[in-house]
Amino acid sequence: MPIDSGDTAFILICTAMVMLMTPGVGLFYGGMVRKKNLISMIALAFIAFSLVTIQWTCVGYSLAFGSDIGGFIGGLDFLGLTGVGMDGEGIPDLLFMAFQLVFAGLTLAILTSGIAERIKLGSFIVFGLLWTTLVYDPLAHWAWGGGWAATLGALDFAGGTVVHISSGFGALALALVIGKRVGFGQYSMEPHNIPMTLLGGALLWFGWFGFNAGSALAANGLAASAFVVTNISAAAGALAWMGASWINGKPSSLGMISGGLAGLVAITPAAGFVNPLAAIVIGVVAGLLCYAALLFRVRKGLDESLDAWAVHGMGGLWGALATGIFATAAIGGVDGLIYGNPGQFVIQAIDAFVAMGYAFGVTLVLAKLVDMTIGLRVTEEEEYVGLDIAQHGESISA
Amino acid sequence: MKKVEAIIRPEKLEQVKRALEKRGFFPMTVTEVRGRGAQKGICLQFRGKKIEVDLIPKVRIDMVVPDSDVTPIIEIIRAEGRTGKNGDGKIFITHVEMVAAVRTDEIIMV
Repeated sequence: MPIDSGDTAFILICTAMVMLMTPGVGLFYGGMVRKKNLISMIALAFIAFSLVTIQWTCVGYSLAFGSDIGGFIGGLDFLGLTGVGMDGEGIPDLLFMAFQLVFAGLTLAILTSGIAERIKLGSFIVFGLLWTTLVYDPLAHWAWGGGWAATLGALDFAGGTVVHISSGFGALALALVIGKRVGFGQYSMEPHNIPMTLLGGALLWFGWFGFNAGSALAANGLAASAFVVTNISAAAGALAWMGASWINGKPSSLGMISGGLAGLVAITPAAGFVNPLAAIVIGVVAGLLCYAALLFRVRKGLDESLDAWAVHGMGGLWGALATGIFATAAIGGVDGLIYGNPGQFVIQAIDAFVAMGYAFGVTLVLAKLVDMTIGLRVTEEEEYVGLDIAQHGESISA
Repeated sequence: MKKVEAIIRPEKLEQVKRALEKRGFFPMTVTEVRGRGAQKGICLQFRGKKIEVDLIPKVRIDMVVPDSDVTPIIEIIRAEGRTGKNGDGKIFITHVEMVAAVRTDEIIMV
């Protein structure tokens, strides 16, 4: 199949849109932390993206998309992007590599939720390299590189397990290892700049069109369908979470945008397989479920600070299962539970729970390893002053 | 009349405010400030390289109250705002000569 100029143009743009999601996550998180950690939070997102870019170029792409080894990991055929060139199936191999790279970078940035306001930068760099190599790359291989999940027939259109379950449950494991922020639960840690969080949310919602529609890897009807259901699910999630929080008090903008993200997360694996009406259901359930997960976390006194677990982890889990429920052959060629194919639901469940267990378990081990050797946390005094000054020597106050 | 001017840790504001409220001390002005005390701020050590953080964010609570309220207010702020570490803050009490309302012509001369 020769290079298609339309497809290539479209995926180039989608890749740039997904790149913008990473600083988007930084702004989204940055608005939710205290003022003294704002620079740190945005910087962590950029640093995650830069780290993964280099790792992906050297080994990551090969581990994810190299020739299959035992269904678990890719081989070393593409080390240093050897043999990844300007030719390809519809789009250049180099572009496919770059499109996959921006997903990997974003995933590590989402993970910073669990370590916000207390992570030592050097430790994050070491941990991040280990994590993207040992957690993200295998998961990407399982789903898209010809690994066991793909062989089993698991559907993950744009990364419900690879991006969201991995970062969500990874953030939970990381938060358990690094421990709570000093004063968590004792005094208020209100978001210091909600408009910034909304701006981050806007960039995420926008970038998600590239994320999901681009996962069709072509400028075609499937991309349009994915684009449409993505938007519907996001809107349904935003309204559902807002409605639920309205019953509990005031309809906060933070709840609304979190619900939007929950809807986006949940539709991610399903984007190329479900119709618009299913997208409404997926979004509504995502908004309510992720809100319930957040309330559960707060009740349990867990300091998974910015709710990657509640939104990405639980939303991703629901999305993977929902794909097995609502998939229709009319769109993606595969039927799910409600179209008389319960087997697909079982496959989705196996895929989701294995990904969940793997991401949580391996993250726990890696975090412990880094903690016992170089320590994950800054000192209490540095935490009090804030990571902006303590880690970067910068401050947003005059 | 006395003016109570308390410099406290920002993270203790909610706690202090609620405790004052509970005892009926409601009117106050709150300002975000930065400053340093006798410890000259905080010095962070980085493998031998020092970073001085000499102006640390604090919160100032201003309240103008009858003389008899000063002691209980100091007690409340101490009880709620204390961590026992450097940087818990200070409370200054000054004499107030006059309070004039804006909405009415009321003037309280002391």
